[in-house]
Amino acid sequence: MMKNKPDEEDYWNSSKFKAFTFDDEDDEFSRLKESKQAVNSIRSLVEEEDDEDEVEKVSWSGEPVGRKTKPGNFQPFTDSLSESSVKLYAPELRKPKSESKDYISDWSPEETIHRMQQGKVVSLERFRSLQDKLLLLDFSVRAHDGNIITAVILFTLTSIIRVLFRELESRQTALRHFIHYLTEIRDHRLLLELLSNLFFSLPFSPEESAHVQDHYTLLERQIIIEATDRLAEHAGKVEIFQKFPRRASILNMPLITTLYYCCFYHYNEPEGTYSSPLNIRHTFRISEKQYFVTVLAARAKLKAWSDLDALFTSRNWLGFTKKKSPLSFHRVVDILQKNSAPTQVLQEYVGLVDDADLRIGLAQKHKCHDIVINTYRDLKDRQLLLGYRGKVERGSAEERKINDLLDSPVRKRRNYDHHHHYQHVT
Amino acid sequence: MAAHLSYGRVNLNILREAARKELREFLDKCAGSKAIVWDEYLTGPFGLIAQYSLLKEHEVEKMFTLKSGRLPSADVKNIIFFVRPRLELMDIIAENVFSEDKRHSSVDFHILFVPRRSMLCEQRLKEQGVLSSFINIDEYILDLIPYDGDLLSMEYESAFRECYLENDQTSLYHTAKGLMTLQALYGTIPQIYGKGECARHVANMMLRMKREFAGSQNQILPVFDTLLLLDRNVDLLTPLATQLTYEGLIDEIYGINNGYVKLPPEKFAQKKQGEASKDLPTEPKKLQLNSAEELYAEIRDKNFNAVGAALSKKAKIISAAFEERHNAKTVGEIKQFVSQLPHMQAARSSLANHTSVAELIKDITTSEAFFDNLTVEQEFMTGVDTDKVNTYIEDSISQKDPLIKILRLVCMQSVCNNGLRQKVFDFYKREILQTYGYEHILTLNNLEKAGLLKPQISSRNNYPTIRKTLKLWMEDANEQNPNDISYVYSGYAPLSIRLTQVLARPGWRSIEEVLKMLPGPHFEERQQLPAGLHKKRQQGENRTTLVFFLGGVTYAEIAALRFLSQMEDSGMEYIIATTKLINGTTWIKSLMDRPESQAP
Repeated sequence: MMKNKPDEEDYWNSSKFKAFTFDDEDDEFSRLKESKQAVNSIRSLVEEEDDEDEVEKVSWSGEPVGRKTKPGNFQPFTDSLSESSVKLYAPELRKPKSESKDYISDWSPEETIHRMQQGKVVSLERFRSLQDKLLLLDFSVRAHDGNIITAVILFTLTSIIRVLFRELESRQTALRHFIHYLTEIRDHRLLLELLSNLFFSLPFSPEESAHVQDHYTLLERQIIIEATDRLAEHAGKVEIFQKFPRRASILNMPLITTLYYCCFYHYNEPEGTYSSPLNIRHTFRISEKQYFVTVLAARAKLKAWSDLDALFTSRNWLGFTKKKSPLSFHRVVDILQKNSAPTQVLQEYVGLVDDADLRIGLAQKHKCHDIVINTYRDLKDRQLLLGYRGKVERGSAEERKINDLLDSPVRKRRNYDHHHHYQHVT
Repeated sequence: MAAHLSYGRVNLNILREAARKELREFLDKCAGSKAIVWDEYLTGPFGLIAQYSLLKEHEVEKMFTLKSGRLPSADVKNIIFFVRPRLELMDIIAENVFSEDKRHSSVDFHILFVPRRSMLCEQRLKEQGVLSSFINIDEYILDLIPYDGDLLSMEYESAFRECYLENDQTSLYHTAKGLMTLQALYGTIPQIYGKGECARHVANMMLRMKREFAGSQNQILPVFDTLLLLDRNVDLLTPLATQLTYEGLIDEIYGINNGYVKLPPEKFAQKKQGEASKDLPTEPKKLQLNSAEELYAEIRDKNFNAVGAALSKKAKIISAAFEERHNAKTVGEIKQFVSQLPHMQAARSSLANHTSVAELIKDITTSEAFFDNLTVEQEFMTGVDTDKVNTYIEDSISQKDPLIKILRLVCMQSVCNNGLRQKVFDFYKREILQTYGYEHILTLNNLEKAGLLKPQISSRNNYPTIRKTLKLWMEDANEQNPNDISYVYSGYAPLSIRLTQVLARPGWRSIEEVLKMLPGPHFEERQQLPAGLHKKRQQGENRTTLVFFLGGVTYAEIAALRFLSQMEDSGMEYIIATTKLINGTTWIKSLMDRPESQAP
C-alpha cells in the first residue's frame, strides 16, 4: 500500500474506485477524483435515490440509520465487511483541500441539517474541525429528529476515532490495548477500520499466501462437490451413496479428508472433474506418500482390493518389475489390517515386505502361513519349520506342506527354483 | 489442613495464612448470611487457599456456579460473585442480578474480582445497568498461590502467550507485585539474577516498586538469599520433551489441574470379596496430589522406571507393619498397634491408589507408540538428523495423529536445529495444513512468532555448542539411583535447570559464551538490606534460592530442582515459583488459535 497524506488516505479507504487505484498513475488519480466529484454533484442535483450512492453518502428519508438494501440485492461478503458496514455511519472524509468549490460543500450547517430532514443527499465531510462538528450537532438537536442527531453524532465519533487511530500509531502499547479492547467487546467493524487505517498488513508471506489461496480453492470445490453430491444422494440414483450414505457435509473439512472423501465416492472419475482424486492431487500438490495412504485407506474401507492392486502395479508400465509403494509395505499391511482385509489380500502385501524378520513377524501375526513356511524354507531352517508345524491347524494344507518340506530335504534344495517360481505365480 | 506447606525450608503457610486472612476480612465486610456464585475457573486455585469450612465459619451458606439465567433461590442476605475480570462474565452477572430483582428480594450484591478489578468490567456492568446494585466491589489479589511446600504458582495460564505473542506484559506486572508481597512476608531478597527480556522487565519493576516504598524499611530477616528470574523462551526445548518422572507422566497423560488429577475409574474399582464387580464406576477418579501424602512425596520425582521398585518396597513395609499384630501380646502392645492403625490404613490406601496409577501409566509407556515417539525426541535432543524431514513425523501426520503431538515434535526438531532448513520447514507446514486444515496457518504463525518453529536463517546451528557446554545430554543417565538431573528425562538434562545449577556453582561467568547464544540479556542486581539484617551464616548452612519461571515450568524441571536441593554437597535449597505449571501439550495449546477446531 502506498503511504498517502491523511486526506488522500481517506479517499483511498473509501473510494469505490479502488480497483483502479494502481500505484503510480497520478493523473488518473486526480481525473478519477474529478469525475467522481462531478458524478456526486450531479446526483445531489438530481436527488434521486440510488443504491450505489449510499455507499458514499448519508441519505436520510426518515428511515432508521442503516443501509438500505433492496430485497434480493445481495452484497458480496467482502463488500459487506469492508465497505458498507464501515460506511454505515462513516460518511466520507475524502475531500482534499483543492475541492473547496465543491457544489455540496457550500451548504451551512443549518442548511445541511435541513436537507437531511428532507431526505436529500448531503456531504458531512466539509465539517472538519471539532467546532464545526459540534455546531452541526447543535443544529441537529434543534431539528428534533432523532435519526439525524444520531447520524451526526456517529459522524463526529467516526472522525474523532480516526484522529485517535493516528495518535495511537505512535503509542504502540496503548494501541495494543485498544485493539485488545475492541476484540473483547467484539467491535469488528471498528477493529477492521483501525487495522486498515494503520496499514496493518496481514502477517502472510508469499509462501503463506499460497496456502491461503489453496484454502480458498478448496472451499470453492467443497461447495461444488457438496451441492452435486447432495443432489445425487437425494435422487437415489447413484449406488455408492445408497450403499454408504454420507455421514457429514464435506464443507470445511481439511484437504486430506476431502481427498479421502473423493477416493471413497469419486474414485474412478476422469481427471477433468473437480472431484477426481487425481485432479485434487495435482491441484494441491499433495505428496505421493499422502496420496497413496489416503487412497489405500479409502479403497480398503470399501474392500475394493482390485483398486489397490492397480494402484501398486500400475507402475509396471514405467519399467518396474514388481509392486512398488512410496510407503513401506509394512505400513500398507497395517492399514489393510485395520480395514479388516482378508488373509489372501494381506498375504500378498506381507510377501512384499523386504526385511525378512519383519516379514515373518507380520506373517505370523496375520496368519499368512505360506509366507512363514516359504521364508523358513528359504532360510533352510528345519528347527523353525518343526516349531511352526505346531502352530498351524492339524490336517491343514499348511501342515501337509511343512511335512513335505521336512520329508524331502534333498528335493527342497533341488527344487528351490521351482518353488520360487511357484510363489510368484500365486 | 495445609501442614505440607510448612515442612519445607521456607514456611509457605505464612503466605497462605495471609491470603486466608484477606479472604476472611472481605467476607466479614458483607454482614449476614451469604451465598457465593463462583466463576468455575476460580474454584481450583481457591481450593489451594481455603476449604469450605473456612467459608462456612463466615456464614457462607450456599455456593453456586456462575451460569446465565436465573440464580437458584438462596434465601440469604448477601450474594457474592467471585469472578475473573472478564467481560462475558459481567453479562452473566447482569442477567443474574436482573432475575433476582424480579423476585423483589432484598438481597445485597457484591463482587470480588480475582486477581484484579478491571475498569472495563465495571464499565460493562454500568452499561448493563447493574453497577449500582453492588454494595461492595473489591479485588482479591491472588498473585502467588502456595501449591506445595516448595512451590508457588500464579496459575496464570495465558502468561506465555501474552508476553511472547501479544506483547502484553500485564502478567509481568502481576509477577513483580507478587514478588513484592513475598518480600513483605519473607524479607528483602538481597541478590537478583535473571536471564531473558521478561526477567529484565520484572527485575526493573521490582526495583522501582522498592524505591517507591523507600520510606518504610522491611525489618524482616531475609529468608531467601537469591532470586533467579528465568524466561521460558530462554529454554524452549525442555517443555517439548516428554517428562519421564512419575508426576511428570501423570501430567503428560492425564493433566494435573490445581493439584488434582482425574483418572479413568476402572482400575480403582473396589473389589469386595465374593461380589462380582457388577457395576463399574463411571465417574472419573479424582486424586489430590501433593506432598501431604507421604508416599506421593517419596515417588513423584522419581524416574518412572524406578517407581515400580519403590512401590513394592513400600508394600513390603506396610505388610510387615500389619503382620505386627501377631506379635502384639500384651494389652499395651495391642493398644500401641491399634493406635497406629489409622496411619497404616491411610498408607495402604495411598499405596493402592498409586499402584493403580502406575499401572495406568505403564500401559502407555510400554506401548509401541510411546516408545517410537520418545526415540524421535531423543534423536532430536542428541542432534541426530535434525536437518532432514523425519519419517516418523511424516507417518504420524498421514495417520492423523493428534495435531499437538505433531507440533511438539516439529517444534522440537526446529529448536534442536536452530531453525529448520527452508525445504523441511515448507514440507512440514504443507503437510500439516493439508491434513489438519488450512485454518491452522494461524497457529503455525504463532509458533513462529514465539520462536518455537522457524526457518533457519544463519547456517550456523549453535544448539550442539549449547548442548555440549551445558552437558544437556548424559549418555548413562541412572534412572534408579540418579547422580545427575538428567534422570528426569532419561538422558536429557533440562537447560533451564542447568543454568540454575551453574549459577550456584561455579557461576555464570564460566558460561558467558552460551548465555550470549540464548535470547535476552542476563543480569545481576543487588538490593540493599538495612543494617543488622545481614545473615550470619552457620557453618554448613544451605543457602536458599527462589527460582521464578516466567511463562511456565514443568513437573520434571521441578523434580530436577528438588534433586539438586537434596544433593548433599549442593549447599543450595530451591523454592520454585512460576506463572503456571505446564507441559508440552498445555503449552502448545495455549499458543494455538482455535485449538478446539482440531481435526478428530
